[in-house]
Amino acid sequence: METTESPNALETPSGASPSQLQTTGSDPFDDPLILIDAREPALRLNLRELWAYRELLFFLAWRDISIRYKQTFLGAAWAIIQPLFAMLLFTLLFGKLARMPSDNLPYPLFAYAGLLPWTFFANAVTNSGNSLIGSSSLITKVYFPRLYIPASAVLAGLLDLVIGSLLLIPMLFYYQVAITWRILLLPLFAVLATLLAQGAGMCLAALNVKYRDVRYALPFLIQLWLFASPVIYPVSIVPEHWRWVLALNPMTGVIEGFRACLFGRNFDPALILPSVLVTLALLVFSFVVFRRVEDSFADVV
Amino acid sequence: MKPIIAVEGLGKRYRIGARQTHNSLRDAVAAAVSAPMRKLRGNKSDNTIWALKDVTFQVRTGEVVGIIGRNGAGKSTLLKILSRITKPTKGRIALNGRVASLLEVGTGFHSELTGRENIFLNGAILGMTREEIRRKFDEIVAFAETEEFLDTPVKHYSSGMTVRLAFAVAAHLEPEILIIDEVLAVGDAVFQKKCLGKMNEVAKGGRTVLFVSHDITAVNSLCERSILLDEGSITMTGPTREVSGHYLDAANRLYSPITWVSVPRGPSEEIELKQVTMQQSGTATSAFDCREPFTISVEHENKRAVRQARLFLVIRNAKGEIPFTTSDYDLPNEAALNKERGTFVSSVTIPAGLLKTGSYYGTIGVDIKNERIVFVANDAFSFEVFESADDTLAERHDRVGVVAPLLQWQIVKAENRS
Repeated sequence: METTESPNALETPSGASPSQLQTTGSDPFDDPLILIDAREPALRLNLRELWAYRELLFFLAWRDISIRYKQTFLGAAWAIIQPLFAMLLFTLLFGKLARMPSDNLPYPLFAYAGLLPWTFFANAVTNSGNSLIGSSSLITKVYFPRLYIPASAVLAGLLDLVIGSLLLIPMLFYYQVAITWRILLLPLFAVLATLLAQGAGMCLAALNVKYRDVRYALPFLIQLWLFASPVIYPVSIVPEHWRWVLALNPMTGVIEGFRACLFGRNFDPALILPSVLVTLALLVFSFVVFRRVEDSFADVV
Repeated sequence: MKPIIAVEGLGKRYRIGARQTHNSLRDAVAAAVSAPMRKLRGNKSDNTIWALKDVTFQVRTGEVVGIIGRNGAGKSTLLKILSRITKPTKGRIALNGRVASLLEVGTGFHSELTGRENIFLNGAILGMTREEIRRKFDEIVAFAETEEFLDTPVKHYSSGMTVRLAFAVAAHLEPEILIIDEVLAVGDAVFQKKCLGKMNEVAKGGRTVLFVSHDITAVNSLCERSILLDEGSITMTGPTREVSGHYLDAANRLYSPITWVSVPRGPSEEIELKQVTMQQSGTATSAFDCREPFTISVEHENKRAVRQARLFLVIRNAKGEIPFTTSDYDLPNEAALNKERGTFVSSVTIPAGLLKTGSYYGTIGVDIKNERIVFVANDAFSFEVFESADDTLAERHDRVGVVAPLLQWQIVKAENRS
């Protein structure tokens, strides 16, 4: 971050060639601190800059959280109400009426273990997808890595995930589920869910700036995605030779991972590995999309 | 020495109507289909404008440079590119220092958050670290004079308080390059003066400042060197006095009287506005030297004779304060109020040394005494007042008060009574 400059313009380096002296001192474009170039390739991940602004990521996430808690009457309770009521509804509809199998687990517990990561994912993608167009006043007035706008929206959702998880403790005790060492791996799957939401959110946020259709398509997309993920139903009801299709949906790995950790089941690599790979591929793809649209944000928003 | 800012061949092209097109997927699909066709035919679409054309300049460390130009000259575009909010279409820029730009005060302020929370959030958005903000927190609060409201949500603040807090955060940034866009046009006069003082301090502290403003007086007092932009190109660079002088001259040449060709506004069966002209020392202009009187003339057509009608002017400054209103009621003979049929020019002369520097807007109206309003043309004309002299008399523009009249003072030695 330090700029190196001689205190006096007359102090030209002793070995300077005459041609250098004819130009205005040293070339300002020779390794400047910041270079803005119209021809600069857009696909460059500036890690140094992301690091320099790292605190802003948390400030933005903290802002989202504190504003939401100040504006809503129930505040943090929403983090539990949302998955809890969905669980009650699903238990009634699918558990009791449709008699959906649930891997020999009590249906409410089965559903809640799936709804927890799902609610996080759905909210994170929705908030993140709408984050850029919601921050137009920031984007047109000040520079900071734009990537942090959708990223902070995802991060803000993690607190809800933690609060929602608290309800699992009495539930696991009530249904007398034996807790194993696998529960320690739960954070890893939360990280996977975060990365996945990051990837989907970043891509949708960027497209949303260009095509406002995204805003209307988003709730619909999330709804479809719910039915394509094993939240309501167990993977076991899908015929074995079709399971690879389900595994291509990265949420499958997240949800199955959550259930394996909570209920002490074995991890199924055939479900989890594809999810990890698809998540990573989505992250790269979304980053490329984001970068290509990023430069025109301020002109379009 | 390496210049701290180097701009080379900078250009920015905007697509006119870019906001409307490409906003839906359907348009994008249609465009994608037709794009190869267009490329084959080789015709470039003409609906683009160059907001900046081949702009090249350099700034040395510690310089305070003003950027002057009319609305639409490209000032804001240049600042937006320098602050990396938007990318240039052509050219390149090297910045050899940490940049902070203030294109608006209070960017990212949220009304639900408290003053304390907003200081931290706004500071982070402007590029400060938490540690840096914590270190300067007390200083910021003291500067903003909002100690007792620190834990009150900003939505309960007055607008003046919000602005003070926002500027205080910005003023405590410590970048090597500071880019400022007209943020001083906010707050009350006393606070504005404080801001100008703070900026002077920043500049004297060896930091490089780029300052864009309409307020020629502020640019004159802050910047030793200025760049004049016109229609996206640099037309002049040099010492601020010369550049601003040139700019004001050009503004005067471009000045044209405001004319209403057809029915202007309001019911006009009785009196209709035709034209407003302004002049000072015999030349038509809209930028007035505050040391000389100037005249505002309103041409109006009286469609029929109207009794007891008075023409009035309301002068408003940029902050919305009204330094004065005036009316032809001031004429000594009341008979003048009875307007005859025909076209007339009513003129009023504003004395020298009355108004402070800045922008003013004038409203023209006619009413029938004690009865009704015939018409009101809000903000029908505008003018600029500037200070030409650089002596102690210029100080009066900083005083408290809406106007700064140059009054007669006398000092006589009292008789020694002992």
